[in-house]
Amino acid sequence: MKHEIIIAGFGGQGVLSMGMTLAYAGMVEGKEVSWMPSYGPEMRGGTANCTVIISDAIISSPIINSYDMAVILNQPSMEKFEDSVKENGHLLFEANNIMVKPTRQNVTIHEIPAMIESVKLENKKIMNMIMLGSILAVRPIVTIKSVLEALKKVLPDRHHHLIPINESALKRGMELVGELTTA
Amino acid sequence: MSAASEGIQCAYIEDLDEVWARPSTLIETTMHYCPGCGHSVVHRLIMEVIRELNIQEIAIGVAPVGCAVFAYHYMDIDMQEAAHGRATAVATGIKRMLPDRMVFTYQGDGDLAAIGTAETIHTINRGENIVMVFINNGIYGMTGGQMAPTTLEGSITSTTPSGRDLAMHGHPLKITEMIAMLPGAYYVTRQAVNTAKAVRKTKRALMNAFKYQMEGKGGTSFIEVVSNCPSGWKMTPIESNQWLENHIFKNFELGDIKTPPKE
Amino acid sequence: MNTKVLMKGNEALAEAAIRAGLKGYFGYPITPQSELLEYISRELPKRGGSFIQAESEIAAINMVYGGAGTGERVMTSTSSPGYSLMQECISYIACAELPCLLVNVVRGGPGLGTIQPSQGDYFQAVKGGGHGDYRVIVLAPNSVQEMADFTYLGMDLADQYRNPVLILADGALGQMMEPVIFPDYNPEDHKVDHSAWATRGKPNDRDHNVITTLHLVSEKMEEVNLTLQEKYRTIVQNEVRYETIEVDDADFIIVAFGLTSRVAHKSVELARAEGLKVGLLRPQTLFPFPTNILSELADRVRGMLVVEMNAGQMVEDVRLAVNGKIPVSFHGRMGGIIPQPEEILDRIKLVYNVNEMETA
Repeated sequence: MKHEIIIAGFGGQGVLSMGMTLAYAGMVEGKEVSWMPSYGPEMRGGTANCTVIISDAIISSPIINSYDMAVILNQPSMEKFEDSVKENGHLLFEANNIMVKPTRQNVTIHEIPAMIESVKLENKKIMNMIMLGSILAVRPIVTIKSVLEALKKVLPDRHHHLIPINESALKRGMELVGELTTA
Repeated sequence: MSAASEGIQCAYIEDLDEVWARPSTLIETTMHYCPGCGHSVVHRLIMEVIRELNIQEIAIGVAPVGCAVFAYHYMDIDMQEAAHGRATAVATGIKRMLPDRMVFTYQGDGDLAAIGTAETIHTINRGENIVMVFINNGIYGMTGGQMAPTTLEGSITSTTPSGRDLAMHGHPLKITEMIAMLPGAYYVTRQAVNTAKAVRKTKRALMNAFKYQMEGKGGTSFIEVVSNCPSGWKMTPIESNQWLENHIFKNFELGDIKTPPKE
Repeated sequence: MNTKVLMKGNEALAEAAIRAGLKGYFGYPITPQSELLEYISRELPKRGGSFIQAESEIAAINMVYGGAGTGERVMTSTSSPGYSLMQECISYIACAELPCLLVNVVRGGPGLGTIQPSQGDYFQAVKGGGHGDYRVIVLAPNSVQEMADFTYLGMDLADQYRNPVLILADGALGQMMEPVIFPDYNPEDHKVDHSAWATRGKPNDRDHNVITTLHLVSEKMEEVNLTLQEKYRTIVQNEVRYETIEVDDADFIIVAFGLTSRVAHKSVELARAEGLKVGLLRPQTLFPFPTNILSELADRVRGMLVVEMNAGQMVEDVRLAVNGKIPVSFHGRMGGIIPQPEEILDRIKLVYNVNEMETA
């Protein structure tokens, strides 16, 4: 099994750390992983993205141009990546940040109100973890347990007290997908 | 245990024969320098100081590109030959790897004050605990007498056939005054070797500089020696020494420019 | 003990260098290798080494020259324009036969270019770059694990051959994260005695050591050159490294190094899925170049495609190795663009058929 995912948005939205956490969780589960970021001046307030591949087999190319799943956090990224989701793939986007909604017919689209939920949880910085929860609800790439394990590695010690709020965010993100599907 | 970490051990030379003889740290061979050139005197002085401070085993020298490129043929210590202008960067690499060794550079004006200006300034600005010896003879001797950054206004060289024109070639660079302003410079002096008295003063300056390094006083010691180039200047050795007195020293005044703080 | 960690290529290389007993690092910031410099500035001083952010790449490489002259393990890292600046002194280091590790995290050129990944420095890295006849051992990792592994290997080869070793990476390899395991490696076990030539201070019982590259007598300079060439021949004999993927039954071969080989690997998978018998040869050492295996493969495949992130540099060495036996095509992207697996596949199909027509 192989998951090829693009996560894209503005710098500062936690795009890169979301991808890094996901990749780390994959590694915790003994899978092959790669995390390839965009880098350079485009990250200074501009768009940022990372490609995460999690696979049972060796990963040949960390560079790909079509994805099983795209996670989109801003409009420019929607325009850039909507068409690169594979047929029957998943397109998740953050509701508050997208003005022009995607129109693809042959992919499953998930509109996640992660921003509003993060405000409800009184921490806007965990928007990315809500999105990550939604990713895992759409496709169980890794377990929440592995993500929490990964957070312990990714976060510096001084931020470990934030792990519980991250856990709440992940769980809320998972619930959101269920609520939206049943709605 | 190195001599440096044991503190300074100075071998006082009482035997006059040894005073007149070649210091044991100077290799017994004929130097390639032109008759009357100051390089050979400064080489000898450095080697006398290394001998008298008993630091031959821990001294490492860096030779430049220029007339002194073959300094390692004469100095009986471990030496590394640098690319043009980079002696102080090379010395930095050596000193950082072996902080208890006594490291010095030996450079001419083209090497230190033209192509190597950035390395000169930044090495001193880092306060690398090394000794820099700077031979300023106002000319590129090795390549055939071209203008140096320190060539005086009006001086005829092979690239200033009508004399150095400030509008065309810029000003003689007083790099020693410049670097004395840097906080990393611990001891900065300008000396000469054109008379016996000047030679003695230069030796004292060199002795102080190496002592400061051994004591780890925290900074770079910089010794400029204003010297002659009889061949490049197209003068006899005596004429070149007179030229130093009558012209060069008026522009490059001798004496200490920055002395260590009194303890 | 040797746990798997997720790291950027630049950081894995830096960590490996410190674990390999690095004593001196001298560098200058330039994207996309600055994480390497930053990591070492943070870690090396507290683990027994010396770090200097130099005033320029020129100063940095000359500090490496000085540090290497003491026989200690030293290195620098930079990206393309910085590597250009270092060339003069690399020629000195090679001539003086000093061991050191160099890293070029290549970005797109020429000129100031772009900070995106490229392989445009192949010629500069492999053919010398500076003045005179000299060679640098060039290692080309294609994963974060190899960024670490080749750092240990590079340090050892540098000491063994008293020669600069270059790790030729690229911006993407430096920035990407993959799991890495640092092997057991005790620098003490790998220590080479350099006291015979290193300038560390002259004991009374030996002549003074001099490190110089100036030999004005032509016969002496030729002798120095002949010694160097003899060493390079030994390196060519002993140190060629490469990886083959699906070559056993292949009738067509892609040749690619570094990041491009990862993309090409994916193209091999795609081609195999369509029934094309495509294999991949990946040089892990660019100097010495895997000439023999390429020549052997040329006897049994119908063609080769060289894929690079440049206008066609390594392809010249592949063609020399193949020596006209089969057609060797080239596909390259420049300016920081990474070729995609699908475009390589398209290109394979094109030349695969052309070659078929030619042989028909």
